[in-house]
Amino acid sequence: MVPLSWYLILSAILFCLGVFGFLLKRNIITIFMSIELMLNAVNLTFVAFANYWSEHGLKLALSGHVFVFFVMVVAAAEAAVGLAIIIAVFRTRETLNVDRVNLLKL
Amino acid sequence: MTHNLNLWVIPLLPLAGAAINGLFGRHFKNAVVSFIALFFTALSFAWAVWAVWSAWPGGPIPLPHIESFGTWITAGSFSAPFGFYLDQLSMVMVLVVTGVGFLIHIYSVGYMAHEGGFYRFFAYLNLFMFFMLTLVLANNYLLMFVGWEGVGLASYLLIGFYFLRDSAADAGKKAFIVNRIGDFAFLIGMFLLIQHFGTLSYDHVFNALKDAQKFPVDAGWGFLTITAICLLIGATGKSAQIPLYVWLPDAMEGPTPVSALIHAATMVTAGVYMIARSHAIFNLAPNALHIVFVIGCVTALFAATMGIAQTDIKRVLAYSTVSQLGYMVLACGAAAYAAGIFHLMTHAFFKALLFLGSGSVIHAVGGEQDMRRMGGLRTKIPVTFWTMTIATFTISGFWPMAAFFSKDEILAAVYRSPYAGHLLWAIGVITAGLTAFYMFRLWFMTFFGELKLGAVDVGEEAHAAAAPAHASHASASHSHGHADDQSHGHGGVHESPWIMLAPLVILAALSIVGGWVGVPKFLGGHNEFDRFLAPVMEQSRTSIAEGAAALQNTEAPAAPPEEKSTTEWVLTGMSVLAAVLGLFFAWLLYYKRPDLPDRITAKIHGIYLTVLHKYYIDEGYNLLFVKPLLALSTLVFWRGIDQGIIDGLVNGAGSASKGIGNELRRMQSGNIRSYAAWVAAGGAAVIAYMIWLGVSK
Repeated sequence: MVPLSWYLILSAILFCLGVFGFLLKRNIITIFMSIELMLNAVNLTFVAFANYWSEHGLKLALSGHVFVFFVMVVAAAEAAVGLAIIIAVFRTRETLNVDRVNLLKL
Repeated sequence: MTHNLNLWVIPLLPLAGAAINGLFGRHFKNAVVSFIALFFTALSFAWAVWAVWSAWPGGPIPLPHIESFGTWITAGSFSAPFGFYLDQLSMVMVLVVTGVGFLIHIYSVGYMAHEGGFYRFFAYLNLFMFFMLTLVLANNYLLMFVGWEGVGLASYLLIGFYFLRDSAADAGKKAFIVNRIGDFAFLIGMFLLIQHFGTLSYDHVFNALKDAQKFPVDAGWGFLTITAICLLIGATGKSAQIPLYVWLPDAMEGPTPVSALIHAATMVTAGVYMIARSHAIFNLAPNALHIVFVIGCVTALFAATMGIAQTDIKRVLAYSTVSQLGYMVLACGAAAYAAGIFHLMTHAFFKALLFLGSGSVIHAVGGEQDMRRMGGLRTKIPVTFWTMTIATFTISGFWPMAAFFSKDEILAAVYRSPYAGHLLWAIGVITAGLTAFYMFRLWFMTFFGELKLGAVDVGEEAHAAAAPAHASHASASHSHGHADDQSHGHGGVHESPWIMLAPLVILAALSIVGGWVGVPKFLGGHNEFDRFLAPVMEQSRTSIAEGAAALQNTEAPAAPPEEKSTTEWVLTGMSVLAAVLGLFFAWLLYYKRPDLPDRITAKIHGIYLTVLHKYYIDEGYNLLFVKPLLALSTLVFWRGIDQGIIDGLVNGAGSASKGIGNELRRMQSGNIRSYAAWVAAGGAAVIAYMIWLGVSK
C-alpha cells in the first residue's frame, strides 16, 4: 500500500513544476500546459484523499472523484477558450512570447 | 386665562414692518416704506398703551400679568417657555420703547430722506423695536437674552449702516465684539441660575428667592454673588459701563436717529433694566451690589470728564450717555431701582431730544459735526435751538425739568445708602456739575458766537484724536444728501423740515413734564413713580438693609431712617448749585472769554491731551487685549494650529495617498509573469500563514 504522503509529495512536486513553468516560460502554449499541470496536480490530491478515506472506514467517499470530474470539465472548457485566445493573439501579434503581449489589449 | 391682552402683538407688529420693508422695500417708494414703518410702530405703541391701560394696577387684572404661548425649549427637567410678563416695570419700559421709538421713526423719515438704503434703514429700525420689546416683555431670562442679542444685532447693522466707510464698519464690529464679552458673562449667570433654580422664569426664580431659609443674604462670595456679578458684567457690556463702555462713543458712526434710539434712549438702558429686573438677586448679594455701586459711580464721573474735551457734537453726547447710564447703575447699586428706572425714563426723553436736536444741527450745517466750526446757530434754526435749550437745562438738572427730579432722587438714595454713601454722593454731585459744564459748553459753542463753517483751522492734535470719526463723518455721512447746501455756503444753513421738528417739540415737552410723576415729598409731591414701581421692588426695601448689616456683621436696623426734609433740601440745593456752577464756567469759558480755554489747555497740556485722548483707554485696550490676542491668533491659532496641524493633516493625507498610489502603480506593469509572481507570492504567504497556524497549535 502506497502511503498518502507519497501521493501528496508527488502532487506538490507536480504543482511546483507547473508554477515554475508558468513563471519562467515565455511561450503561451507552454504556460498553458503548465496550468494544466497544476490542475492535474490538484486532481491527484483529490483522488489520493478519496482513496485514503475509502480505505479508512468511509464506504462511499466519492466527493473527491466528483471534484476531479468537475476540474477536468473546467480544464477542457478552459483549453477550448484559452486556445482560441492564443490563436487570436498569434494572429495579431505574430508571436507567442508573453513579454510582447503586455498592453492589456489585443 | 380670563384676561388676554395679546401681548405678543406688541413686538410682532414691528417685526411685520421689518419683514415687509426688508423683503420688499427695495421696490417701494420712500413714502411707502416710511408709511409701513410708521404704521406698524404706531400700532405697536397704541397696543402697548391699551395693554398698559387695561392692566393698570388696581384694575381687574392682577400684576404681574403673565401670558404664555407654549414651551420653547425642553431639556430634561429644564424648560423655557415663550411667555410675556407685564408688571409695572415692563409697563414703563414698553411705553418708553414704543413711544420714544415712534417719535424717532417720525424724525428719521425727514432725516434719512436723502440717504441711500432708505428701506434698509427702516427695516433695521423696526427689527430693533421687535427685539427690544421682546427683551423688556420676556418672562424669563432666556427669552430676554434673545431680545438682548437681537438688539445687539440691530445695533451692529445700524452702526455699520454706512458700510462703505471703514470707520463705520469697524465701529459696528467693535460694538458687537465688546458686547460679546458681556453676553458671555450673562450666559454664565444664566447657567448658574439654571443650576440652582432649575428654571429661568422670573416668577419662579424670584419666588424661590423669597425663601429666606434656603437663600439667606449672601454676605460672602457665594453663588448668588457670583450670579449677580455675571449679570452685572452683562449689563456693563450692554449699558456701556466701565470697563466695557468703549464701544458706545464709536457707535456714533451710525446715523443720528440710531444714536438717539438705540445708543441713548432704549438699547443701552437694557442693562439697567436687567439689573432692576434681577433686583431680588442683587439684594441678596451685598458684595455684588457694592460693585454695581462703584462701577456706576466711577463710570459717571469718568465719562463726564471725557465729555469735556470732545469736539464732535455727537461724541460729547455719547460720553454724556455713558455718564448718565452710570447714574442709573449707581441708583441700582444703592438699591434705589425705582430711581434708576425713573432716570432711565427721563433720560430717554431728554437724551433722545439731544441727539435728535444735534442731528437737526448737523443737518442744518450740511454734515459738519465739529462744534468748533459751528456757532451762532441760535437765530438760524430757532426751533432746534429752543428744544435743545430745554434738553440742556433738563440734563443739567434745573428745576422743574425732568432730570431734576430723577437725578435728585438718585443722589438722595446714594446719600442714604449704607455703603460709603457720602463719598459717592459727592462724586455724583461733581459729575452733575461736570455734566452741566460740558452740556452748556456744547450749547454755547453751537448756538452762540459766530458761524465758522470751514473757516477754522482745528488744531492738529484735535484732528489726531477725532480723526477716525470726524474726517469721515464730515465727508461721507451727509455730503451726498446736502452737497447742494454746501455749494452755496453759509447761506445754506436751514431749519429742518417739520417732520423732524415735531418729534423734537414733543420730546421737549416730555423732558419738562416727564419728571413731574416723581416729585418727592418734601417738594410737595407724592413721588407717584416710586409708589407705582413699589410692588415690583417690594423686596428691595426690606432686604437691602439686611444685606448691609450682614456685610458689616451688625444688627439690621428696624426701619430705614427717614431723612429729615432739611437734609433733602440741602442735598437738592447742592446738586442745583453744581449745575449752576457748571453753567457759569461754561458761560465764562465759551461765551464771555472764548480765548480762555486755549490758554488753560496750553497750561495743562499734558492733562488736556490725556482727556482728549480719552485717557488712552482705547490705546490701552489695544495694547493689552487686542494686540496680544491678534498675535496669539496669528502665531498659534492660525499659523500653528490651523495651518500647521489641521491643514497639515489634510494635506498630509492627500500627499500620503498620492505617494502610496505612485508606488503601487508600478505593480500594474501589464506583464503577465509579474502578475503571476504576485499571485504565487500571495499564495505562498497564505500557505505560510496556515502552516504557522498549524504549528503553533
